[in-house]
Amino acid sequence: MTALLERETAPAEAPRPGRGGLAGPLVKIALLGLVAGLAVWAAFPLIAERAWTGLAVLLAATAGLFYLYTGRRRVPAKYLVPGTLFLLVFQLFPVAYTAATAFTNFSDGHRGDKREAVVAIQTASVTRVPGSTEYALTVATTGDPATGPLTFLVTDPATRVVSAGTRDGLEELPAGDVTVNATGRVTAAAGYTLLNGGQASARSREITGLAVPTPGGAIRSQGLSRAYEGKAGRAYDAGCDCVRDTTTGRTWTADEEVGAFVAADGERLAQGWRVGVGLSNFTRLVTDAAIAGPFARTLIWNLIFALASTGGTFVLGLGCALALHSPRVRGRGLYRTLLVLPYAMPSFAMLLVWRDMFNTDFGLINNLFGLDVDWFGGAASARIAVILVQLWLGYPYMFLVATGALQAIPPELSEASRIDGASPWQSLKRVTLPLLLVALTPLLISSFAFNFNNFNAIYLTTDGAPFPADNPANGATDLLITYTYRLAFGGSGAEYGFAAAVSIFIFVIVAVISTVSFRRTRRQEEVYS
Amino acid sequence: MSKWFARVGWRHGVAALALVFSLFPIVFVVSAALNPLGTLSSTAAVPTGASVGNFGNLLTDTDFARWFGNSVLIAGLSALASVFLSALAAYAFSRMRFRGRRIGLLALLLIQMFPQFLAIVAIFLMFSTITDLWPVIGFNQAWGLILLYLGGALGVNTWLMKGFFDTVPRELDESATMDGASHAQTFFRILLPLVAPILAVTGLLAFIGTINEFLIANVFLTDTDAKTLSVGMYGLVAGERNNNFGMFCAGTLLTAIPTVLVFQFLQRYIVNGLTAGAVKG
Repeated sequence: MTALLERETAPAEAPRPGRGGLAGPLVKIALLGLVAGLAVWAAFPLIAERAWTGLAVLLAATAGLFYLYTGRRRVPAKYLVPGTLFLLVFQLFPVAYTAATAFTNFSDGHRGDKREAVVAIQTASVTRVPGSTEYALTVATTGDPATGPLTFLVTDPATRVVSAGTRDGLEELPAGDVTVNATGRVTAAAGYTLLNGGQASARSREITGLAVPTPGGAIRSQGLSRAYEGKAGRAYDAGCDCVRDTTTGRTWTADEEVGAFVAADGERLAQGWRVGVGLSNFTRLVTDAAIAGPFARTLIWNLIFALASTGGTFVLGLGCALALHSPRVRGRGLYRTLLVLPYAMPSFAMLLVWRDMFNTDFGLINNLFGLDVDWFGGAASARIAVILVQLWLGYPYMFLVATGALQAIPPELSEASRIDGASPWQSLKRVTLPLLLVALTPLLISSFAFNFNNFNAIYLTTDGAPFPADNPANGATDLLITYTYRLAFGGSGAEYGFAAAVSIFIFVIVAVISTVSFRRTRRQEEVYS
Repeated sequence: MSKWFARVGWRHGVAALALVFSLFPIVFVVSAALNPLGTLSSTAAVPTGASVGNFGNLLTDTDFARWFGNSVLIAGLSALASVFLSALAAYAFSRMRFRGRRIGLLALLLIQMFPQFLAIVAIFLMFSTITDLWPVIGFNQAWGLILLYLGGALGVNTWLMKGFFDTVPRELDESATMDGASHAQTFFRILLPLVAPILAVTGLLAFIGTINEFLIANVFLTDTDAKTLSVGMYGLVAGERNNNFGMFCAGTLLTAIPTVLVFQFLQRYIVNGLTAGAVKG
């Protein structure tokens, strides 16, 4: 590999003797060696898991990198590829995946494929029947005792063989890895942390909920130290592509359109699978009255919030920057340092602090001014409050940026306008502001886009409150993004497919507004020159 | 007197008002952090007592020191790496002409506008696989989170940098090329030192952004040992809001320290950059 590299790079650098010496090529060889090393390291687990697609992608990417950096051409790509690689893997891929789910019914009850749905249905229908095997149970985990994934270590009463059971199935453990006491309970197992009585009872709900699928049914817990193998009351029949209840004989037939098993009378089983649903998630936004109405109201408030936050911070920041933009002001340095302090405070923490300052009963604001206002109780006061918090958080940044831009404007310009007889106000309006706006418009647009989707600003303060009595899902200060978050993850279960459709919608709105305003700025011309 | 006010005095007035607005929540946080009772309801606007009990509790009862180290490591490394990646791309966008340049620039801006957190389901599924294959860069590992954050390295910061690169006269790199410098030498030896101010600014922005990042880190880091400040401290007041308030505020003040230090360290570059801009016009 190294020999190949030297052959490739030597002619590229050789024609410039005496320039930069050997350092450049050496660094390049070292970096490419590192890439090769990382690729080899990454390849082993892929081979072990027989993930051939992943291995092919890895090989292609590595080969591509070597081709690019050993050749002399495609210079721009050499600078763009490193960042783009990360962008592709960690941003574009997740975004594209999310966008793709907008056309599916991905949600609670429609997570996996059909086979997984069948396993879930059979496992859920398990009941204890006379004569079913009873095991000694030890609850263990592979992670933290309080949060790690649960595993059932069950000991067969006849053979004393220990198996580890998870949601995915049962697996026999080698006898040498486990120690079993007289009652059959496991006292030590390699690779597992055993939960003690207190830890187990703290997670008793999870333990009761865990069912380990077996060929004829599932193993479930009974208390914290015994488990039984029950029989599935419902079974999948490939002949009719349906699920049959073994006691009542009732059947639910698979419906590939909706991704669920449906009975003749229309009753659906809760566990379904993921199927494409076309544009129905998008049409729901417009046609479902319970969603369309609040959505429009939220959109308008969202626009106001983004404009007020961006505009307000800009005006405040610029005002302070202008006030301090004079050599006559003593202590400018101190003023500047103190003014940007809010920017240095961690914003997530300060949002929570602000929420407590607006607290009705013992909040600072009511105490200080002797008020008794329920700030987050009324729509108008809650909205004013969240915008005020945004002003506080955002204006130091605008102040910094505006100060920088002001200093970049040659003082000769305003001097010239003064000599021509312009008042300070005229010179500000006609000379300084237009120049500032040219420099700051891209920042203002990206600030607008950021505030449009400013999840933390709402989630950590009002969390959408106040809510109207008739609609607990859509509050007065909700932004589209927090509203979507609640639709998607809160309340009645996760609806990723629908949430993804809404997020595409949000994306289109922000992207269109931003692109249009970009095209309208002169900055655009300069950037593309 | 009135002339003084019209020229200078009003400036002090505006600044004083702004100072009050800027500082009163911070004074409140300081007051809460020093409050010996440590509850929200007993905290006044200005410090009523001076007890370091909240700081002591924070350091002994929680894993705060650990969270602090994690945050500084993750934010520091990802800020450094993302500034470097961004500078590479900004160089190409500013100095070279190639097919897809305009589209690429616009795409960088637009991609950032997708509500990232909704991709969190996809990120979770993706890193579940990664954790199985390469645990070193999986869940609960700083390296995994840093890699994930680097996905956002190209973006608004690249725009900022490109704008600054554009203000450096092209003649400089042209003359370097005439003298036989390669494109890499021009970038590392000529341009990078000249654009130090914008590197400092974007580095600071990236550092602050990462230290405040909550949503992704909250999903990513579940082990107490692996948590960052935002995740750990959110947990502190998620349930016991009133009682832990003093500890929470003490933590807030301590969290501001790395940011202020980075700012102080980078300030000379930033201020130089701001004034240098005036010379360039």
